[in-house]
Amino acid sequence: MFSFLDGIIIGSGVHAMPLSTILSTMFGGLGMAGLIFIVALAGSLPLGVLVALCRMSKNRVLSFLAKIYISFLRGTPLILQLMFIYFAPYYIFGLKLSLTWRMGACFIGFILNYAAYFAEIYRAGIQSIPLGQYEAASVLGYSRSQTFTKIVFPQVIKRIAPAMGNEVITLIKDTSLAFVLSIAEMFTMAETLAAAMVSMVPYVLAAALYWFFTLLVEFALGKFEKKLSYYHD
Amino acid sequence: MSEKKEILRIDHIKKAFGDNQVLKDISLTVSHGEVVAIIGPSGSGKSTLLRCATLLETMDSGTLAYGDLVVAQDDASGKAVYGDKQVLKEARMRFGLVFQQFNLFPHYTVLKNIMDAPLLVQKRDEKEVEQEARELLEKMGLSDKADMVPCDLSGGQQQRVAIARALAMNPEILFFDEPTSALDPELTKEVLRVIRQLAEEHMTMVIVTHEMRFARDVADHIIFMDGGVIVEEGPAQQLIDNPQHARTKAFLAQDE
Ligand SMILES: Nc1ncnc2c1ncn2[C@@H]1O[C@H](COP(=O)(O)OP(=O)(O)O)[C@@H](O)[C@H]1O
Ligand SMILES: [Mg+2]
Repeated sequence: MFSFLDGIIIGSGVHAMPLSTILSTMFGGLGMAGLIFIVALAGSLPLGVLVALCRMSKNRVLSFLAKIYISFLRGTPLILQLMFIYFAPYYIFGLKLSLTWRMGACFIGFILNYAAYFAEIYRAGIQSIPLGQYEAASVLGYSRSQTFTKIVFPQVIKRIAPAMGNEVITLIKDTSLAFVLSIAEMFTMAETLAAAMVSMVPYVLAAALYWFFTLLVEFALGKFEKKLSYYHD
Repeated sequence: MSEKKEILRIDHIKKAFGDNQVLKDISLTVSHGEVVAIIGPSGSGKSTLLRCATLLETMDSGTLAYGDLVVAQDDASGKAVYGDKQVLKEARMRFGLVFQQFNLFPHYTVLKNIMDAPLLVQKRDEKEVEQEARELLEKMGLSDKADMVPCDLSGGQQQRVAIARALAMNPEILFFDEPTSALDPELTKEVLRVIRQLAEEHMTMVIVTHEMRFARDVADHIIFMDGGVIVEEGPAQQLIDNPQHARTKAFLAQDE
């Protein structure tokens, strides 16, 4: 991919490395970070809604379980959760840990963790919708699920967009925590390169790429909020 | 003329919030084409009555029926028992409610506010619904607002959209809970004009209002409520011009 840069070498002596190798390694890491980011969002955004609905359920057991879930996942480090999920099959069931499971555990960890944060944001958003909206829908004959999906939730999304944006941007940087599972995301790659080259350049490059990733997401979030600005309430 | 078809029947309904007995044995029937106004001081239970009738609150005892559809009636112990989901759903297709605070859906355009329920709930044909919605907007004097969102409209315009939204469901009876209380006098006029027009078209309506002159002119029958009971009721002009009960007199005098 970066072979046109083949002639350029960074560093000197035994620590020297072609720029093309550095870049392709780092971009590989960025790709993995992006994959974790996308899978984590795709899973945790809907799961968060479910957890929020359980949390607000009239069913006391369901509500209590959701509360515990949220409290535990927000109250323990994500890095620990990733380790726990990865090693649990081995220590609890004596199963062999595969390479695929490494990725699986990573995805599950991120999804479960972020769903807890998202759930609380959804809950605040849902509770901010005036009762009159539910009453108007009820009188017009909307079912409970129609009221939620057509009337309440679209308004919730607009209200929570800024708070969600914050979490989403945090997630970009949290993908680096996948290093504990030795997943080849960007931080892991930067560290490997830095060690081999005895240089700070890979770290600087990683910082630049995380920032670039964030700028992209900020741009998308801005577009999204703009799209929802056709009304205010 | 033959006996008019009964649209709404409320019989001996009672409703308490905790220790607060808000409705103490209220009965009322509304027949086809009739306009009933409910007046009374704040806190007398007018909204609660409308909310019981529109299934936003459940009453403790009494009967609620829309035409031949009995929605709730007392069991042997005198506690109101409601019909099943299907009954409630059918009842909701028979009435409409216009709120004091409009409660339009802010994320929908004016047109979608009106069309959504007929499409989603009644599963009617989209072309037909749109045509009807545009006719309603024209009637409300809002033809040019179809593609706007509620926040771009004045309160009076929003309330007229809310009326159109309720009418689009083709209800047999329309309830209004202080439809102009959130509006300036100027905006109040345009909303009252629309309701007046509906009355002339013999739309069956129950209107909670503080506009005494309007009630007198538009309603056939007026109910004066105070402290959760109907203190006095009768033909509209008679009740306003010649109240019998001391409490009614005091209430009307204070409005002068
Ligand atoms: N959801 C509720 N919970 C508790 N009390 C209520 C509720 N709704 C109404 N009330 C009480 O019922 C009484 C009548 O209220 P309402 O029906 O709104 O009167 P009105 O519409 O005539 O002003 C008031 O004392 C009010 O505080
Ligand atoms: Mg009221």
